Amino acid sequence: MAGPEQLLQLVLVGLTQGAIYALIALGFVTIYNVTGVINFAQGEFAMLGAMLMVSLAPLGLPTPAAFFLAVAGVVVVGGGVERLAIHPARRASVVTLIIITIGADIVLRGLALLAWGTDPLPLAPFSAGPPLTFGGAFITRQALWILGTTAVTLAALYAFFEYTYPGKTVRACAINRLAARLSGISPERMSLLAFCLAAALGGVGGVVIAPLTLVSYDMGLYLGLRGFVAAVMGGLVSAPGAVAGALLLGILEALVAGIWKAAYKEAAAFLVLFVILLLRPQGLFTRAVARQAGL
Amino acid sequence: MRPGGDTLALAGLGLGVALVPLGVTSQYHLSIGVFIGIHAIVTIGLCLVMGYAGQISLGHAAFYGLGAYASGLLTTKLGANPWAAMAGAMALTAGVAYALGRPILRLRGHYLAMATLAFGIIAYLAFVEFTELTGGPSGLAGIPRLRVGGFVFDTDRKFFYLTWGGVIAVVALSLNVVNSRVGRALRAIHGSEVAAETLGVDTAAYKLRVFTLSAVYAALAGSLYAHYLSFVSPPTFGFIASVEFVVMAAVGGLASVWGAPFGAATVTLLTEVIRDVMPRLLAYASGEHEVIAYGLLLILIMIFVPEGLTVGGLRALRRLGRAGRRVPAAP
Repeated sequence: MAGPEQLLQLVLVGLTQGAIYALIALGFVTIYNVTGVINFAQGEFAMLGAMLMVSLAPLGLPTPAAFFLAVAGVVVVGGGVERLAIHPARRASVVTLIIITIGADIVLRGLALLAWGTDPLPLAPFSAGPPLTFGGAFITRQALWILGTTAVTLAALYAFFEYTYPGKTVRACAINRLAARLSGISPERMSLLAFCLAAALGGVGGVVIAPLTLVSYDMGLYLGLRGFVAAVMGGLVSAPGAVAGALLLGILEALVAGIWKAAYKEAAAFLVLFVILLLRPQGLFTRAVARQAGL
Repeated sequence: MRPGGDTLALAGLGLGVALVPLGVTSQYHLSIGVFIGIHAIVTIGLCLVMGYAGQISLGHAAFYGLGAYASGLLTTKLGANPWAAMAGAMALTAGVAYALGRPILRLRGHYLAMATLAFGIIAYLAFVEFTELTGGPSGLAGIPRLRVGGFVFDTDRKFFYLTWGGVIAVVALSLNVVNSRVGRALRAIHGSEVAAETLGVDTAAYKLRVFTLSAVYAALAGSLYAHYLSFVSPPTFGFIASVEFVVMAAVGGLASVWGAPFGAATVTLLTEVIRDVMPRLLAYASGEHEVIAYGLLLILIMIFVPEGLTVGGLRALRRLGRAGRRVPAAP
C-alpha cells in the first residue's frame, strides 16, 4: 500500500495532468455549447501549441513572447478550420459536421507530421532548477507553471464570459441559439469565435505541457480523448463540470499508474467514460453546478 | 431503390466477381481485391448504422479485431475448426455489441460515438496488453486456412471468390433488412426520432438490432482477414482503422447499401495509389502521409456531397438525363 507521501506525490502529478485536460475539455464544452458539434480536432490544437513552442524556442525569444506567439498561431489554425471546413457545411446535419471535424483532426495531424517529422522533440522547462518539495512530495517547476497558467486562463475565461460583450453573446448562443439569433447575434460569427477560443485553450495547454513530455505529432489524439472524457464527466455542457472532471481524471490516472500499472492508465480513463455514459450520461455534477455560468 | 433493380444489380455484381480473377492474374492485384471485399463487409454494416439509424460508430475496428482475434485464438489455442471459429467469433461479437449498445442506444444524441470510441480504444489496449493470450504487439501467427473437405482456400484467387461471395451475401441480407419493416422503421428514425416514436416505433430496439448486425458483419470480415493472412496484430484494429471505415462509408454514401462496396474500393485503391505516389512527390514522405489525403477527402465529401459519391453521382446522372429529354408538361 502506498504511504501518504507517495499518495500526495501521485495527486500532485495527477492535478498537473488534469489541469491540461481541463483546458482541452473547456474547448470541447465551448464548441459543443455554441454549435452542437463534438470537435474531434480539439486535441490537435494542443499538439500544435506544443510544436509551435518547440519551433520558437531556438529563436531565443523571452518565454512570454514565445508563449503568445504559439497560442496566436494555434488560434489562426482554429479559425481556419472553422472557416474552411465547418463554415461551408454549416447547413448540414450535426453528424456531417462531426465527421468533418474527424477529417480536420486527421489533416492537422498529417500536416504536423510533414512539418515536424516523426521524432519526438524536447523542450526546456520555462524556468530551470531542481524540483521543489511540498509536504514531503516533489513538484517540478514546470508543474507549477502548468497549474498557475491554467488558473490564470480559467480566471480570464470566466471574466470573458461574465463581463465582456463578446463573452456574453457566446453565452447567449449557448443558452438558446434561436433566441440569440433573434436578438441580432450572428451564429456564424459565434461559431468562428467558439473555434478560436477552443483553439486558444488547447494551444495554451499544449504550450505549457511541452516541457514535461516529449512533443510528437501524434500527441493530440491522446490529449484530445482525455479532454473529451473530462468534458463528458462534467456533462459536456458545463464548464465548471469539465474542469472538475478533468482534475478527477488526472488524479485517477496518476493513482492507477502509480499504484497498479502504467499501461492500465489509458484503459482506466475510458472505463470511466463508459461507466459515466451508462450510469450518469448527464455528467457527474450536473445537479450541483451545471448551467450556473451559462455554459 | 426498387427490389427488382436490386436483384439485377446483385446478379451483375456476382457476374463481375466471377469475371475479375479471369482478367486479373497478378497476386498483388487479387490480394487488393480481397481487402476491398473485407473492407466492404465492414462498411456495409457501418452504412446501416450511420445512414439508417443516424448514429456514428467510431469503434468498428474493434469489432473487426474481435472477430479476427476470436477466430485466431479459437483455432490456434483450442484447435477449433476454422468455420466453427468464424461462427463463434460472430456470436461473441454479437453478444459484446448487444451488451454495449443496449444501455447506450437508449440515450438520445451522439453518445454511441463516444461509447464506441472508448470501446475501440479499450479493445485495442486489450489486444496489446494481454500478451499471453494475443501475443501482444508482435501479434498472433499460425492461424489455419479455411477448408471444405480437401479443398483449401490457400490462393489469392480462391480467397477472392470466398470473400466476394461473403460480400454478395451481406449485401443481399442488408437489402432485405433495408426493404423490410425494420428498414422502414430505421428510415423513420433517421427522419425524426420523435415522430417515429409517436407512431409506435421502438427506436431504441431497432437501433440496437442494426448496431448488433453491423458488429456481426465486422466480425465476419475480421475472421476472413485472420484466415486469409493467417496472422493478426493490433495496429490493424486501432482507432485510425475505425476512422478509415467511417471514411469508406462516407465516400460510398451513408444511406445506401450499394455505396459501401464502392466506398471501400475507392478508399482501398486510393490508399495503394497514395502509398505508391507520395514518396515520388516528396522525397521524405512515408506511408503515414496517406492519412492527410483521407482527412481532406472526408472533409471535401462531407461539404460538397454529404450523401456520398454513389448517391451524389447517381443524382447528377439523373439530372443530366432529365435535362436531356425535357418535354413540356401536359396542362
